[in-house]
Amino acid sequence: MTEEDLHRSLGLTDEEYDKIVGILGREPNHAELAMYSVMWSEHCSYKSSRVHLKDLPTEGPHVLIGPGEGAGVIQVGNQAVAMRIESHNHPSFVEPVQGAATGIGGVVRDVVSMGARPIALLDSLRFGALPTDTQEDHTAERNRFLTAGVVAGISSYGNCIGVPTVGGETKFEATYAGNPLVNVMCIGVAELDGIKLARAPGPGNAVLLLGSTTGRDGIGGVSVLASAAFDEGAATKRPSVQVGDPFMEKLLIEGSLSLIEKDLVVGIQDLGGAGLCCATSESAAKAGTGMLIDLDRVPLRETGIEPFEILTSESQERMLVVVEPTKVKAALDECERLGLRAAQIGEVTGTGRLVCTMGGQVVADVPADSLGDGPLYHRPFSPPAAVKMRQFEPAPVESPREALLKLLGSANIASKRWIWEQFDHQVMLGTVAGPGAGAAILRLPGSSSRIAVTVDANGRFGQLDPRMGAQHSVAEAYRNLCAVGAEPVAVTNCMNFGNPEIPEVMWQFVEAVKGMGHACEALDTPITGGNVSFYNQTLDEAIYPTPAIGMIGILPDNVLPPSPGFVKEGDAIVLLGETRDELGASEYQRTIEGRLEGPLPALDLVKESATGWVIREMISRGQILSAQDCSEGGIGVALAELCIHGHIGAEVAPEPGLDPMRWLFSESASRIVVALGKDDVPELRSLAANLGTTVVDLGYVMGRSLVVEGLFEINVATLKDAYEGGFPELMD
Amino acid sequence: MTPTIGVVVFPGSNCDRDADYSFDYLGAETRFIWHLETDLDGLDAVVLPGGFSYGDYLRTGAMAAYSPVMQSVKDFAADGKLVIGICNGFQILCEAGLLPGALRRNRGLRFRCLPVRIRVENTESQFTSNSMWPGQVLTIPIAHFDGNYYCTDEDLEEMLAGRRIAFRYCDVHGEPADEANPNGSIWNIAGIFNEGRNVLGMMPHPERAVDPVVGGTDGRLILSSMLTSLVGSETE
Repeated sequence: MTEEDLHRSLGLTDEEYDKIVGILGREPNHAELAMYSVMWSEHCSYKSSRVHLKDLPTEGPHVLIGPGEGAGVIQVGNQAVAMRIESHNHPSFVEPVQGAATGIGGVVRDVVSMGARPIALLDSLRFGALPTDTQEDHTAERNRFLTAGVVAGISSYGNCIGVPTVGGETKFEATYAGNPLVNVMCIGVAELDGIKLARAPGPGNAVLLLGSTTGRDGIGGVSVLASAAFDEGAATKRPSVQVGDPFMEKLLIEGSLSLIEKDLVVGIQDLGGAGLCCATSESAAKAGTGMLIDLDRVPLRETGIEPFEILTSESQERMLVVVEPTKVKAALDECERLGLRAAQIGEVTGTGRLVCTMGGQVVADVPADSLGDGPLYHRPFSPPAAVKMRQFEPAPVESPREALLKLLGSANIASKRWIWEQFDHQVMLGTVAGPGAGAAILRLPGSSSRIAVTVDANGRFGQLDPRMGAQHSVAEAYRNLCAVGAEPVAVTNCMNFGNPEIPEVMWQFVEAVKGMGHACEALDTPITGGNVSFYNQTLDEAIYPTPAIGMIGILPDNVLPPSPGFVKEGDAIVLLGETRDELGASEYQRTIEGRLEGPLPALDLVKESATGWVIREMISRGQILSAQDCSEGGIGVALAELCIHGHIGAEVAPEPGLDPMRWLFSESASRIVVALGKDDVPELRSLAANLGTTVVDLGYVMGRSLVVEGLFEINVATLKDAYEGGFPELMD
Repeated sequence: MTPTIGVVVFPGSNCDRDADYSFDYLGAETRFIWHLETDLDGLDAVVLPGGFSYGDYLRTGAMAAYSPVMQSVKDFAADGKLVIGICNGFQILCEAGLLPGALRRNRGLRFRCLPVRIRVENTESQFTSNSMWPGQVLTIPIAHFDGNYYCTDEDLEEMLAGRRIAFRYCDVHGEPADEANPNGSIWNIAGIFNEGRNVLGMMPHPERAVDPVVGGTDGRLILSSMLTSLVGSETE
């Protein structure tokens, strides 16, 4: 193979290769070429997305550290809260258990590398449609296999490392059959002065590698390094999916945090995509230093591993720490005490170059900052020719009762207890409200501060209108937090899209970023970081554009979150917000008619913000007893959930002037169904009137059935059977 | 006197901080004991917390049973002092031979995390004496993959004869129904004592049901029974 073929087989373009030659002033050797190929990959360099991300709102009163570090950090009370979301989509499709498990491992290390103890995980999952009685096919069977495998992977890894999985969302749609989404969000806590950064300052300081040995697993996980022609004569090719060891991760968490607590490290960075090459070059470049690494001192899993493999291996559960020379012994001793492998592999230099040696020979010598300073592309983008935005006209439905029960039992709306019961959601004793009902609420360790957390995405909306879809997702996350009484303060995100080299896909991305930025600006929820996952595409078919929005809110002291269920008979049921005839892209449309047509529900972010303020204010006054945000499945599903969670019925009347069926299932934005004492309704009305938001009387909490006047009366036990039974039936 | 509780920490333990928090919440002194330590002097009781000691390699609890600290825990128990093993701690006690039987994979082959009801079988122990009555139903969470208790018929008969069943999974009426058994345990067993009833192993997590903010208060009854009996024995 010629040099030319080599760089192409590694995924580098001819222009990129020329740029490397320009930087080095000579032809790169194999190891150097491998390093540039992984560091300049889309995954590491954000070369297609960077130009579009720079205008996002990233500042706010709570933000301590914005985008660009291992995780975003906000201030809550007198503590620092780190937040990060990452995708592990492709690995989970190839090997669902290990793919999902290592996805958790990676995002947890991101948070640990900030000096924060991980305290919670949330997942946003997407799979293709599950098999039903009427439809048995191989694709659906595989979707079920992937779902069960991803859940098992999260369960085995998250439970073992002792970090609770407190929430998330799982949805099913045919578009994800060839490309499921596994997005994991991790939240961590540190003292305000305990935050660490990925910096390698101080020439002469020692560079230590903690954790697992380095093997051939995951070589080129971020690029195309594992091409068959590259390593001629190699006996075996390890798969590019890494294998996780949660026990080692647990030791690594405790070891890293202990070294930080004992003030033994000056800089720390996890080894993720692009492995050692990325961690060394980034931490040196950010500190304006260089690094000398002796690859012979890297603990290896087997003999005969080539320099380029050591540098780009994505073996899991490893961390790079920078230690002052006088503290090296103490650091190594502490690791030994904890049973954590640690080795000094090099030192910080003042040269600005990353120099790697092996067997006494220099095997790589490149400017440290050039690896992270990858190419930047302004990829062409253009809207697709035809988007189905015509008005959706639902067919008449014989039985509203059957429609509601069908929705409640459908894969997207039914209780995901089958999933979250497999996750330890209680360990660490911080889970005030766990999975199964709206936003999760966490008490921070060592304090009485509470935060609320949610992750939301809506690919159906995104497919019809990526800009508005992203806005809706931000608004829904915002609403979820407000509905438990929390003030939303910060966002992290995971942008899942198809191939950015296709102008229509790039257009979806650009639109979604604009929408997300606009909504975050309008709702005062700055973006503290994010992850871009491109190439979620099988053959010609890109997934629906699916930006996942992770949002954190702060629960003021003494605020008692309302129940996700009705509390007592006689309470008034009220809708905050306006219901319009908006069934476009709805779950009703999907489940009952199997279509995806627009237009999307309208979204007024000023109204969203006002509704959020009203509900938070009423909750803080202790007057809202029950609350459910109104999203997928509309008022019908929200009322059913309130009945199911509260084991109590309700009698409501549809709003006059709207077709009752459309009223029931419309997904108009900015709405929350609440229950409160009859005597408190006037106060809610006047508060809402002052802010120009609408309050609609729906009815009262009473009896053992959900009664919607003129439509149906359904026993709460029947609702519960549909809601709780639907998902296990699809999975078992 | 304030009792001092030792919380053993194995590599891979992950409920050690929770046990520490809950005993501290109830007013006890606590001390972490690293698995390589063997000095248990000054401790009034020892907790083997939940988690994945040594990564559950080989079998749950199998490696931990041979750790240095467990030799001392055996002596500690032989002296009649209190030892409670919760979840992984229960598995370790069985592997170490301090309790009979073994914990197998759950019926259904899935990890399960949920609140369950357990019935108090015997109040004549230092773990179950305080404010508990026989047949009382407690709600306490479980979180395990390997909680399916199994023992031989002889062991079961011996434990029944010695009134060594501490808790059984039950329904809301206190009946040990099969539907109320979350993991397939024989005889719906959720927790057992040793012969001297100074060693308790249980799969449910009482330390997760102490602080009402995060999960009920029924677990307090068990932990505060220990503390009350320790204070009582010191004043005698």
